[in-house]
Amino acid sequence: MATTADTGIAPADPGSAVGAPAERREGRQKVTGRARYAAEHHLPGRAHAWPVAASVARGRVRSVDASAALDLPGVIDVLTHGNAPRLAAPDDPVLAVLQDDRVPHRGWFVALVVGETLEAARAGAAAVRVAYETEEHDVTLDAGHPGAHVPEEANGGHPARREQGDPEGAFAASAVRVDTGYRVPPLHNHPMEPHSSTAHWDGDRLVVHTSSQGTTPVRTTLAAMFEVPEERITVTAEHVGGGFGSKGTPRPDVVLAVMAARHTGRPVTVALHRRMLPSVVGHRAPTLHRVRLGAGEDGRLTGVLHEVVTHTSRIKEFVEQAAVPARVMYAVTDSLTEHRVAPLDVPTPSWMRAPGEAPGMYALESAMDELAEALDMDPIELRIANEPDTEPDSGKPFSSRHLVECLREGARRFGWSRRDPRPRSRREGPLLVGTGVAAATYPVLVSPSTASAHALPDGSFAVRVNATDIGTGARTVLAQIAADALGVPLDRVRIEIGSTELPAAPLAGGSSGSASWGWSVHDACTRLTARLAGHTGPLPEGGLSARADTTGTADADSPYARHAFGAHFAEVAVDTVTGETRVRRMLGVFAAGRILNARTARSQLIGGMTMGLGMALTEGSTMDAAFGDFAESDLAAYHVPVHADVPDVEAHWIDEDDPHLNPMGSKGVGEIGIVGSAAAVGNAVHHATGVRFRELPLTPDRVLAGLREAGV
Amino acid sequence: MKPFAYVRAGSLQEAADAFTARPGARYLAGGTNLMDLMKLGVEQPEALIDVSRLPLDTVEELPDGSLRVGATVRNSDLAAHPVVRDRYPALSRALLAGASGQLRNVATTGGNLLQRTRCPYFQDVTKPCNKRSPGSGCGALEGVHRDHAVLGHSEHCVATHPSDMAVALAALDARVELYGPGGARTVPAARFHRLPGDHPERDTEILPGELVTGVVLPALTAGLPSAYRKARDRASYAFALASTAAVLEVTDGAVSHAGIAFGGVAHRPWRARRAEEALLGATPTRAAFEEAVDLELSAARPLRDNAYKVDLVRNVAVDVLAGLASRTPDRV
Repeated sequence: MATTADTGIAPADPGSAVGAPAERREGRQKVTGRARYAAEHHLPGRAHAWPVAASVARGRVRSVDASAALDLPGVIDVLTHGNAPRLAAPDDPVLAVLQDDRVPHRGWFVALVVGETLEAARAGAAAVRVAYETEEHDVTLDAGHPGAHVPEEANGGHPARREQGDPEGAFAASAVRVDTGYRVPPLHNHPMEPHSSTAHWDGDRLVVHTSSQGTTPVRTTLAAMFEVPEERITVTAEHVGGGFGSKGTPRPDVVLAVMAARHTGRPVTVALHRRMLPSVVGHRAPTLHRVRLGAGEDGRLTGVLHEVVTHTSRIKEFVEQAAVPARVMYAVTDSLTEHRVAPLDVPTPSWMRAPGEAPGMYALESAMDELAEALDMDPIELRIANEPDTEPDSGKPFSSRHLVECLREGARRFGWSRRDPRPRSRREGPLLVGTGVAAATYPVLVSPSTASAHALPDGSFAVRVNATDIGTGARTVLAQIAADALGVPLDRVRIEIGSTELPAAPLAGGSSGSASWGWSVHDACTRLTARLAGHTGPLPEGGLSARADTTGTADADSPYARHAFGAHFAEVAVDTVTGETRVRRMLGVFAAGRILNARTARSQLIGGMTMGLGMALTEGSTMDAAFGDFAESDLAAYHVPVHADVPDVEAHWIDEDDPHLNPMGSKGVGEIGIVGSAAAVGNAVHHATGVRFRELPLTPDRVLAGLREAGV
Repeated sequence: MKPFAYVRAGSLQEAADAFTARPGARYLAGGTNLMDLMKLGVEQPEALIDVSRLPLDTVEELPDGSLRVGATVRNSDLAAHPVVRDRYPALSRALLAGASGQLRNVATTGGNLLQRTRCPYFQDVTKPCNKRSPGSGCGALEGVHRDHAVLGHSEHCVATHPSDMAVALAALDARVELYGPGGARTVPAARFHRLPGDHPERDTEILPGELVTGVVLPALTAGLPSAYRKARDRASYAFALASTAAVLEVTDGAVSHAGIAFGGVAHRPWRARRAEEALLGATPTRAAFEEAVDLELSAARPLRDNAYKVDLVRNVAVDVLAGLASRTPDRV
């Protein structure tokens, strides 16, 4: 039943492209440096612009003295709220840059210096003198924050609060109870390519190259803000160096680039500096979790209560939906899942890989481990004992759910049966070694898309869709889908993506890209195949074409609850001398529908698992209470895992045949790799040390203090 | 970037003259730290005197048994040097524990000593920092200071020195060679860096215009068992939360020489003199090491959020010393 990431041998037969480990189509371009990114469009006369970030946490800009900056050689102009073009109010308040004097958080852009060179712009920005009226700020989140309230909904449109039955009563009456709390710090997306945009006006036409997860919504936003019809705007994102959610919505760089291009009449590039990102491209909001699990002696859950407190900014409500996975995971009739959010003078949080699920499943799956311990039950068996027949919160049947199979297959591959369940049972000199398990889930999302397919007289095919390849392999996977739908070998298909000149398509986000774009590509190619079947003789000079639009089908309500599931296993070694915790191996088994490309899917899954390792052990951001910004602002201080931290990560999957998804039968693999992986590592640390750590990341300071307190 | 002059020095004298002739000049070698600080606006030199091509790139054994390391020897070359690996393993280990392979290939011996603190307040020109801007205050004292000092800090500065290499040099009794307007002189590595006191803007004892020309590793510690251990947030490319370099000699069952330095806990590599004195003549047992290290750390004054460092450096130091004792050939 199980197949692995490394089984496939690229089949050349028509109809067998999907699933094969096809190599990335742009791989050679990328490794030879020829792939061109948004800031690398060297247009004639291009200027560079550098934003000036607010150095107060809350207040108003009283005055901007740009005279010293303007005196510097190479400085073209300085834009402020006093002279910047007035724009129509955007739907997303974080884009309303240089429109008024308000400073909602430290790092908010208050000016933009345009220069002949990057260096001139940067020097100019350093020379701009901004005077502020400061106001008292509050950036500190705690569970009892007076501003914390239950919002109408959390991210993803989920109700902020759901209550089923009598959770408090059921919990109180439970034979075994776990009442515990966890803290996940702010986290940063930090894609390898910082956000950047190059814009130029060609008469009344606007052309923008931007680093975005989806240029269709970027164009819509720019059209509205600059009051230009969409058909006069072209936005491209040919190559994107990662986003992890932070490029899922337009960011200030693109607005500033267009604004400066309009203001100066020249092409302008705005490339944000790494240190600016934490303040202006979103972050994973910190989450404070209280989790109560009640169970019978048999391990069957009798009450589940997951309550989350998080923060948002003063200008926009974003609520990390961390209690939502508890509505999906385990069979229970009495449950409470609730989010509360406190607006603070902080940068606006947003999507970061598996928003909601990543922190939520860290908490829920850690609590399940605590419950297994309280029950003296194997944590895998506990999860299996609570496998639901239908989605607990909605009552809908699952389109497919193979969590149990993932757990069993993972246990077999990982060697779980050889595990001594007693904590602190494995010592190697100063090292304590332990293993842990956790489940994973991620919803199946899909959006309508359009695409076109063209048969050309030379026997090749061109498929067009404004998909974005943010490093996932979208180009490659779409070619595979097209080849099979056309019934031709992969090398006959050319894929064009990354431009609003192509058929409109949704963004790369929510693990929905391949499903959304692939569906329309599949439909367009299927129609083209039918047209070709009815065509006799040579093709006309312009070839034959077909279009597809999945509006009304892709977004039709499903009677099914549709989610991917998975199981994570981790082995860690904790050094009792230093508190240093290192992962020795991680293994994940996933059930995510049909895997479309064994090579790129594996890459996505182990990438997600590695990000989960970082969330567990190394990544954390500290809100500086005095200054109102994140203390860790570069990659030397914000510790993403390095190679030495990631010795052995394996991803496997289970063949899952689910007819209720899309024509490809896929569920998406971009995010599920991170979901639950931090809990597996944390549970392994508990198994190793006997100490339960409940605040991430598990850095030496925390671990050493915990070991000392426990007398280890 | 602020415009600056660039001068490539052909000789030591040329370098010193160029420095004197241009107020606000800085010496440039590997540039791995200086360039970053210039981009951040922390350093704004009027001129860069490039000393990377001076003939200071060799490692030579001197007749008295010491080893002279030129200031422009690259960190990776020094770590891999057979004599260093053989006689001063703590230095090799410390170098390899620092930065990344790419940085070590560029960074020089002199530049490593002169790198600045990675305190986030020092690196952010919009925040107060007495080291960067004397009199502006210290953002870290009551701010985010998990990574900061627990020993020897002052109310003006709680920064740590980030070098791993310098910790090993301090423990090994190395000397730093300097050349400047006043001629040549040497300073013990353990006293090359300063404590912040009232003048945190001064990291080292180097005088204006002086240039590090080399480091001399003494015959005294050559070949003695030595080790370096570093605790950090991730397995590579992270500064020390705490570290220890130590060299230990045992003669007739008693400690006859101990050189111990802590990293990541103070404004300079912290030479643990009190611990060393306590160990001289003592039987090298774990209990003796614990007692000696605790004596040293009785001077620790942790900040609100970094008390863990006292435990951490204690554990690391005792572990390093006990490890050395277990493999120290007893010299009879």
